[in-house]
Amino acid sequence: MKEFAYFPGCSLEKMASSYHMSALETTKKLGVALKELEDWNCCGATTYFYIDELLAYTLSARNLAIAEKTGLDVVAPCSACYKNMYFTAAHLKKDADLAEHINFALEEDNLRFEGKVGVKHLIEVFAEDIGAEELKSKTVKPLEGVRVAPYYGCQIVRPQKENEAVEQPQFFEEILSAIGATPVNYPLKMRCCGGSLIISSRTAALGMVRNLLQSAVDAQTTVIATACPMCQVNLEVYQQQVNQEFGTNFSVPVLYFTQLIGLALGVPQKKLGIGKEFVDFAPSLLQAAQG
Amino acid sequence: MTETLTFSQEISNLLYAAEGEPLKTCIQCGTCSGTCPVAGYMDHTPRLLISMINRGMKDEALESNTFWYCASCYHCTVRCPQDINITELMYALKRYSIWKRRHKEGLIGPTFSESFVKMIVRTGRSYEPILAPSYIFSFGMRDMLLEVQGATELLLKGRLPVLPSRIKRLDKFKKALGRIIPMGGLE
Repeated sequence: MKEFAYFPGCSLEKMASSYHMSALETTKKLGVALKELEDWNCCGATTYFYIDELLAYTLSARNLAIAEKTGLDVVAPCSACYKNMYFTAAHLKKDADLAEHINFALEEDNLRFEGKVGVKHLIEVFAEDIGAEELKSKTVKPLEGVRVAPYYGCQIVRPQKENEAVEQPQFFEEILSAIGATPVNYPLKMRCCGGSLIISSRTAALGMVRNLLQSAVDAQTTVIATACPMCQVNLEVYQQQVNQEFGTNFSVPVLYFTQLIGLALGVPQKKLGIGKEFVDFAPSLLQAAQG
Repeated sequence: MTETLTFSQEISNLLYAAEGEPLKTCIQCGTCSGTCPVAGYMDHTPRLLISMINRGMKDEALESNTFWYCASCYHCTVRCPQDINITELMYALKRYSIWKRRHKEGLIGPTFSESFVKMIVRTGRSYEPILAPSYIFSFGMRDMLLEVQGATELLLKGRLPVLPSRIKRLDKFKKALGRIIPMGGLE
């Protein structure tokens, strides 16, 4: 059984508890163990970098150092946590002065970052470590006829890490095809949901969400799949506010990709946290899930 | 003899591991502005803001809402033909404007960010309800009601924590952060 250190991040404690539940259920079914980091702290989100960069790196470095103690690579389900951890590790590995400064701080908590730990996003575990073949072979209730819009958003793929595709990646589509769903091709799959602008620049963020929903709806989407709690909240929880602001009539369910995989693997809906949505399931999705 | 830095040099000094002045390499192609999903809501597009910085228009640049409207999506950054890390530039301007207390009035971003950081330093984890007062009163009555309505529904669906979560080794966590920044500055 493959093992990873698991950094859930603050959102998954409550706001995105369905992502947490479905991540654990589906990986377990697919022979991957996610072991939650002991005493992890907030990754700093984007806001920490607005105040002080060094402090932001220290926050992520503490989690990385805790992960290193387990000897396992660390997995983050939230795109912002993932980006912060990935680039903190990369910077610290390259910049000995920065690492020394931060390790001096971490000494207070008997921790040290050595630069050994690898960082992955949860969706990479499904795309790379588990793989489409395995997903396909474990699928018992293929989501046939369900048109799923893979929503990449920003920070899984950006900034660029090495030479991976940043304009037209396909790994999300491949996961969806493996569980029998039809991945929808829509032009805004790589566009931003607005992130924390939903609080700081509301009008702009609602406009961005409207554009995304419209793009998905124009492509006859049954359900949008996300891999980030921030994207899920902006696209789903704020959908009603978009409708009020722009006089639209959107009613598109937005689920975590792990919930869709869970349905295909035959995991009971309750164990996937289904039922906490603001927008109800489309009947066709429910039918496939029960099929 | 003291040397006065240009605004572009000051900003370059704030960019992580930047060599020279990356903004000076900008060819004003506008790929960033064409890519940015928020450009339509900004006082100045990213391309224009870079040009303003390069021309030394410090007051006008700091008075712009542009960098506080950046959502950190990095779309401009992966497309910039000159490899300028434009998202980092926006971060640097946010930090600079907070340190110098020079940002456009009426923005929620600066107050919200400071509340967020203070919350993390105190508990080690994020707790959404504690953040609400830092922005909700800036909303108009209608938006405020919508926000309260949304929060109530989240609570009913079990998606809002009732009590704040905190890490166990909080003392050691605070001491570690204290070695980076004197805590008086954050409390």
